[in-house]
Amino acid sequence: MEVLSFLASGVLTALEPINLGLILIGVTVGLFIGAMPGLGSVNGVAILLPVTFLVPPASAIIFLAAIYYGAMYGGAISSVTLGIPGASTAVATTFDGRPLALQGRASLALVTAALASFVGGTVATVFFSLFAPLLATVALNFGPPEIFALMLLAFATFVGLGGDDIPKTIFSICFGLVLATVGFDTISGEPRLVLFDIQGFIRGIGFIVLAIGVYGIGEMLWTIEQTRGDITTTNPRMTAKGLASDAREAVRRGWKGTWIGSVLGFFVGVLPAAGATPGSLMSYGVAKMISKTPGEYGHGSPDGVAAPEAANNSASTGSMLPMLTLGIPGSPTTAILLGGMVIWGLTPGPRLFIDESEFVWGLIGSFYISNLAAVLINLAFIPLFVWMLRMPFTILAPLIFVLSIVGGFAASRSMHDLWLIVIFGLGAFFMRKFDYPLAPAVLAIVLGPIAEPTLRQSLLLSSGDPMIFFNRPIAGPITVVAIILILLPALRLLRRKRSVASG
Amino acid sequence: MRQGEISLAGILALFSLYLIWKSAELPIGFIRGQGPGGGFWPFWLSVGMLLSCLAIAWNWWRGNSPASVSDEPLMDAFGWRTVLHVGGGVVGFVALISVVSMYGAVALFLVYYLRFLGRHSWLLTLAIALILPIGLFFFFEGAMQVSMPQGLPFTQPFFDLMYDIIY
Repeated sequence: MEVLSFLASGVLTALEPINLGLILIGVTVGLFIGAMPGLGSVNGVAILLPVTFLVPPASAIIFLAAIYYGAMYGGAISSVTLGIPGASTAVATTFDGRPLALQGRASLALVTAALASFVGGTVATVFFSLFAPLLATVALNFGPPEIFALMLLAFATFVGLGGDDIPKTIFSICFGLVLATVGFDTISGEPRLVLFDIQGFIRGIGFIVLAIGVYGIGEMLWTIEQTRGDITTTNPRMTAKGLASDAREAVRRGWKGTWIGSVLGFFVGVLPAAGATPGSLMSYGVAKMISKTPGEYGHGSPDGVAAPEAANNSASTGSMLPMLTLGIPGSPTTAILLGGMVIWGLTPGPRLFIDESEFVWGLIGSFYISNLAAVLINLAFIPLFVWMLRMPFTILAPLIFVLSIVGGFAASRSMHDLWLIVIFGLGAFFMRKFDYPLAPAVLAIVLGPIAEPTLRQSLLLSSGDPMIFFNRPIAGPITVVAIILILLPALRLLRRKRSVASG
Repeated sequence: MRQGEISLAGILALFSLYLIWKSAELPIGFIRGQGPGGGFWPFWLSVGMLLSCLAIAWNWWRGNSPASVSDEPLMDAFGWRTVLHVGGGVVGFVALISVVSMYGAVALFLVYYLRFLGRHSWLLTLAIALILPIGLFFFFEGAMQVSMPQGLPFTQPFFDLMYDIIY
């Protein structure tokens, strides 16, 4: 009951005129920042952090959290309408969101994303309110072996359930992981894989460079070449009735993915250093794994849009939990929020709930309000986003190229990276022609910086013994499931050969 | 397609070998007290890439992949022309950034694509090619405080004028 009274006062704090105004502005700004390829919640929160020094700390963090929420909703918009993930958290949304847009069902994809995000955010906020201190303690028990096992599971779902050419899928994963190692060895501090001794590689290769190259350039070239430039992505049902019908369909065909994403996303989000990106990718994999129609995934399944979208919103709320209770950020965005809190004179940690309860519960209350504001503002803007798709492709295509290049530069501030985007784009086009799946490479470059240090730390802990991934109570079962998934295609092949041999 | 599949696998295998060699510049074994060396992870991943290429070649030899049994050309003349015009346009766009600034390159690329590839009217072409770069300027330089490349010095009067407006 104590929680409920704290929560009620928190919601009232969030509804104060200044806070409500900041929520509405923050969500709208976040929505548009998230929708820009190359800019995500981390950019929005970082850029607008100085603005918050003008208001009290509670209002400041409410504003930044609202931007965070808005950007999570916004990431889906460019994934669906442009086929380019606005941020790493929206990579999985392109898998089914883009095919839906190409089938003329962009509004279904956007409505599904908005509703799933709302449910994901709300479920996570309820979890947050109820289990904050307890969950933080459990998450703290996740060491490097457990986190590496989770990463292994994420890759295994691609191999076991991808349905694509297995050697090409494995190539794609290894390629993405190698790209993530370019630059510096984070443990020894030595330069590593400075390709062809070009100094630009010392800065490493950012996820966004590969993602924009693959989706913004390569995929566009492939679409233009395949369709001879004559593609229609129009959506005829942009009336209020059409939106209502899409909303009904989104609920009917996307509820499973929504629940999986909402629950799984939260728990992955709570893990320090994990955050919304692995949460959304794992939710997509799990939703596909337990689906009765896994063949629909990748070709425009509403569940395939709902799972990652529910998960990234849920995880973004979850990632604030270790930040507030333990002072450990769960994502890059929460790392900036943490920096902001320190500047405002607050000390994140278990004492925060006691010493600054008004601040903490005001923030939790704002999650509910921000979530509601984000879904309403997002739904209101859907006709604008879908209108973009009605343009002739000979107008839309150059706009996508321009946004990719400009967004790519905004994210990296380097001409070297722009050339890499072009090279990756042309390479991706030819690899796509020969059926190399490229999504696993993008997944791998995102998860690589988490996977490598956790693997190396684990092996250091065990003096090089790989059994550390099998004999720990949490890491063990996760590793075994991952290995089974990796072996699944071989088992399937063996069974097929046996059945052919037997008749 | 058949020849293309094995050629691409060969190129990727060569690239994997290069990465194996490059990774080995750092220690690839276990260092007592420090754990696996800096080259360990990329080295074994590059080995994984090479083995995948060998498996792709094996599938090609056995005719297991769609491309390995296809006699069709990779692309017809129209396909090559499209890729050349569009891909070449993007390469030209990026090359021009250091000369005429990001916004100038955006405008020129839009004129090239909309007018010459899309065959849209001059009115529509110029409207988009002028409004979009100006809109991007206000968004990035004004709102987001992100400076884009300004090209050679001859573009400076344009930037001075625009900065006078936003500051």
